[in-house]
Amino acid sequence: MIIRLLAGRPILLAVGLLAALTLPWVIYPPVAMDMICWALFAVAVDLLLGFTGLLSFGHAAFWGTAAYVSGLIAVHSGLPFPVAVLAGALAAATLAVPIGWLSVRSTGIYFAMVTLAFAQLVYFVANQWRGLTGGENGLQGIPRDLFGVDLSDPFFFYYAGLPIILAGLWCAWRVVRSPFGRVLVAVRDNPARARALGYPVEKYKLLAFVLSAALSGLAGGLFAIGHGFVSLQEVYWTTSGQAVMMVVLGGIGTLWGGVIGAGLIVELNDYLATAGFEEIGIVTGTVFAATVLIFRRGIWGTARHLLTGHSGRRGRAGAGRSAAADGEAVRA
Amino acid sequence: MATVLSAQGLSKEFRGFRAVDDVDLDVTEGSVHALVGPNGAGKTTLFNLLTGFLAPTAGRITLARQELAGRPPDQIARLGVARSFQISSLFPQLTARDHVELALQGGTGLGWRFWRSDRRMARFRNRALELLDEVRLANLAETHAGALSYGHKRALELALALALDPKVLLLDEPTAGMGVEDVTATVELIGRVRAGRTVVLVEHNMKVVATLADTVTVMQSGRVLVEGPYADIRRDPRVVTAYLGDADASD
Ligand SMILES: Nc1ncnc2c1ncn2[C@@H]1O[C@H](COP(=O)(O)OP(=O)(O)OP(=O)(O)O)[C@@H](O)[C@H]1O
Ligand SMILES: [Mg+2]
Repeated sequence: MIIRLLAGRPILLAVGLLAALTLPWVIYPPVAMDMICWALFAVAVDLLLGFTGLLSFGHAAFWGTAAYVSGLIAVHSGLPFPVAVLAGALAAATLAVPIGWLSVRSTGIYFAMVTLAFAQLVYFVANQWRGLTGGENGLQGIPRDLFGVDLSDPFFFYYAGLPIILAGLWCAWRVVRSPFGRVLVAVRDNPARARALGYPVEKYKLLAFVLSAALSGLAGGLFAIGHGFVSLQEVYWTTSGQAVMMVVLGGIGTLWGGVIGAGLIVELNDYLATAGFEEIGIVTGTVFAATVLIFRRGIWGTARHLLTGHSGRRGRAGAGRSAAADGEAVRA
Repeated sequence: MATVLSAQGLSKEFRGFRAVDDVDLDVTEGSVHALVGPNGAGKTTLFNLLTGFLAPTAGRITLARQELAGRPPDQIARLGVARSFQISSLFPQLTARDHVELALQGGTGLGWRFWRSDRRMARFRNRALELLDEVRLANLAETHAGALSYGHKRALELALALALDPKVLLLDEPTAGMGVEDVTATVELIGRVRAGRTVVLVEHNMKVVATLADTVTVMQSGRVLVEGPYADIRRDPRVVTAYLGDADASD
């Protein structure tokens, strides 16, 4: 009973908020900043993967584009950093319209491949357009301006950036718990049926794609300002892959899972890097593989399943058929 | 009597194989129109063409003078052609009421409001419960579709089609695989909901056809073999050879 209560939404929210507020006291503030940016990025990817059933392997395009756009605006205009970040998110959403329009017609592995192809195109452009992006040298010297407040200390910048991330997470939650979110889950579980009920499936997927890209952009833009620097890494395919990995690790279709996955991967990466470990990919890859093999629903998905004895309200806790089958088995 | 849904010269080819071959069909407003024929005759394919799930290779489809061919399924559904699927097609994790609310929302713009709370869907609750009552599922409103019995799933399919408030209701084998009791209940149900509606029914059970249908179209190998009232059709020698032989002998 107490465990059930602990898993209840208000308590979870309070715990999460407390963790977010105390994070830079516990860990190195720049790492804390990375963590919350990646958390929003992973949640944005989960919006598509978990709630629309679309595995995008090209979200680095949106995270990275927003990073460049926010960085460039901050460098050249001197506008307050939240404006630059919002402009980055807007740029990502705009880019997502044509990419989404061309991708949502395909499903499954083809969708992953098409999005990956577009992301590689964005990478190519970023690499070639040296005058703007700095190419392999990266975009350097991004200021963090907020009406003249000194934010050079990462500890204070964390608190300046946190509201943006929290707002982004709230948006993701709002979308999932909206009439639109209900349609998305229907589209995910049975697109033909959703069509027969009068829902234009592709258009719904496209809007979900654009919203997901906008939130990814919000995260990527803040990430760029936080680092004061954008490298080609932000549009590289491994960045897309890492976001997907975080979602799968934490639990697909759970929102919280993305946050937990991001926390773990960023912490692990930082720990290994500080320890001077070279092959970080091997360790994170192994941890990832082991976790997914042991906890099929991911960390948060499994925890919630054990705590509450079911896979989520209205069965929104899973992607696609297998989750649907689980839901049935549990209830029978 | 006015024709509400009609097809002219409708064909569908799958890699050279004509599953539907030059079909003309006129569905009269307010009638129950049965579509019968042996397995593989092209009945489901015809439904898929009429509802936009497949694009015709040739031909025209009109709903009350509006051209339907080339439109996507969701638009056709909103224009007033609702369908049920031969194999129940539901959302296992949603309750019966969730299903009907989703169907009622389909025709409104609410589904786009990603900034609203899903509590707004409560506005469909009363109507959803009415529809569930109409198909005798009121006491199962909060049951998940995955846990419904076969007959109840078919009834829910019917409620979803009704929720769209369609001009024409296309039902693909609503009694398939049912026991005698469920068949009787379903026939009674369709007999009740047909009032003021137009129904096209694919059906193998000739007793069901005899009870419900005003007009019967017999298909074979993608073509229309004959069309007319059941009483005429059952005596037609071509139909007897093609299809009705067994059923006729048995009653
Ligand atoms: N997508 C498809 N691709 C290729 N062939 C198809 C396709 N859909 C149907 N067919 C073929 O078209 C023919 C007609 O199929 P259809 O499902 O329309 O028959 P039916 O009259 O509904 O039969 P049943 O009574 O068994 O439901 C069959 O030979 C079938 O194999
Ligand atoms: Mg069929």
